[in-house]
Amino acid sequence: MSDNQLTETIDRYLNGEMTKDERARFEILRNENADINAKVTEHKHFTNLIKQYGERLELEQRLNAIHDEIDVHALEQELLIRPSWVVMLWRNHHSKISVAASIAIFAVLCTLFATGYLSNRETNYIELKGKIKKLENSAHQLSSKISHLEPGKKYNINPGNFRGTGFAISSNGYIVTDYHVVKDADSVYVQTADGKSFRTKVIYSEAQPDVAILEINDPSFKGLGPLPYTFKKAETDIGETIFTIGYPSDVLVLGPGYLTASTGFQNDTASYQVSIPANPGHSGGPLLDSKGNIIGIISGKETHIEGAAFALKSSYLLKAIQDIPADSLKNPLNMNSKNVLAGLNRVQQIKKLQNYVFMVRVYKQ
Amino acid sequence: MSKEINVGVPTDSEVILGILNNSESVLKRLYIAYFPMVLQLIINNNGNVDEAKDIYQEAIIVLYNKVKTGDFELSSKLKTYIYSVCRRLWLKRLTQMNRYGGDIKDFEEYLTVDDETEKNNERDIQFNKMGNALKLLGEPCKTIIEDFYINNRSMQEICEDFGYTNSDNAKTQKYKCLQRLKKLFFQQK
Repeated sequence: MSDNQLTETIDRYLNGEMTKDERARFEILRNENADINAKVTEHKHFTNLIKQYGERLELEQRLNAIHDEIDVHALEQELLIRPSWVVMLWRNHHSKISVAASIAIFAVLCTLFATGYLSNRETNYIELKGKIKKLENSAHQLSSKISHLEPGKKYNINPGNFRGTGFAISSNGYIVTDYHVVKDADSVYVQTADGKSFRTKVIYSEAQPDVAILEINDPSFKGLGPLPYTFKKAETDIGETIFTIGYPSDVLVLGPGYLTASTGFQNDTASYQVSIPANPGHSGGPLLDSKGNIIGIISGKETHIEGAAFALKSSYLLKAIQDIPADSLKNPLNMNSKNVLAGLNRVQQIKKLQNYVFMVRVYKQ
Repeated sequence: MSKEINVGVPTDSEVILGILNNSESVLKRLYIAYFPMVLQLIINNNGNVDEAKDIYQEAIIVLYNKVKTGDFELSSKLKTYIYSVCRRLWLKRLTQMNRYGGDIKDFEEYLTVDDETEKNNERDIQFNKMGNALKLLGEPCKTIIEDFYINNRSMQEICEDFGYTNSDNAKTQKYKCLQRLKKLFFQQK
């Protein structure tokens, strides 16, 4: 039997077109011959697949025909959930909105930058030099005119444009204050607690770390006694009881407090943060611990935080003193090494100190 | 068939019987009854109208085959079943197209169905192959095979249609066509 005939026979067998005899004979053949049996199974499987494929095709056509009768568009309109108008607005215009937002942000940043809002060091930090009121100034000038009418009486009447504090670092007239106090000064005077005023000259200054050294070069100056305090070289710990004295007003004012942090403004390691009622005019004042050692020099305070003033550490102050060029010094600068304040109480300490702390008056046009 | 019967949602048992009896009207009522539900699911979940049609027809075919082969057991409402199958198929499609955003808006309750759609997928691949093979086969082979194996026409009729001088020639032709079809079918990967 050829393949052609066999296939034909199988087709007839599967379609049930055989006679009873024929069918019986074929079934015997199928049982005996495994080859033919396999062919029958395979053929049956394949033709079934064709049949099922046809059925599927027909079903799909029927479904498509039904589908065509449905008004899909109307249903879609009815069933689609419309997002809210905000979402629609965003979907339709998001590129434009994004550009507008970017420009707005850019403009705001530019404005902030231009107005100096972003560089906030200046706004938060104020230097504690005191500006003496214009009114006071002009009143004094008026009185000076009157005084000038009387010959022979001659004294300095101009109270100065700015005021700070300074203190002696040697007995022969060297005084330290803040650089920002004497910056751009035409002339600088120091005034003692008992009212004596001396002319001084700025012999050395450093903007960073804000230190200036003055020398009294007034002929009436006779020298100070030996200094009662020493400079502490080591760092002072948080919590130490400290105080400063200075001239925020015309009389000596005590500022007691505590050392509150080992770093200063914006974590500046050259400074301490101290909790002291500091006011304009305190700049340049000495910061002392309870034993009377100088541990720093008052430099400024933070405007937005209550009770946060800053003081330059004494080690940086000493370094600045060492950096003074030798030819700027007319007299040898001898630092004191004997502290006589250690055992005294606060009242006695201040009594001894007050002759060595000066009001610094600065004149500039 | 009167128009009265054509409207309204068919009951679940009506559908099963209708499919078994090849009832055209039941199929139509079934199709019209649940299409809006599936359309709603798909157009509100990143799909369009054509995709809804595809998915829905696929689900109807799954149901149809299951009923025909007799292994369909209605364990829930038919509506829920169709919705669940469509939901499952659509999630699969979305994932394939990388359009699945991680959540899906649901409008009906649903059950978990998966093995059935897998089975159907395999059958689809076979049918695709068969369709391609038939297309490649060309005329008159395609029509002879379709007439004999799908439309169950006799060799005599085919013989007359194609003008063969005797049915033996037609049978030889059919045999050759079948051999070629097999070859084309199994060649595909």
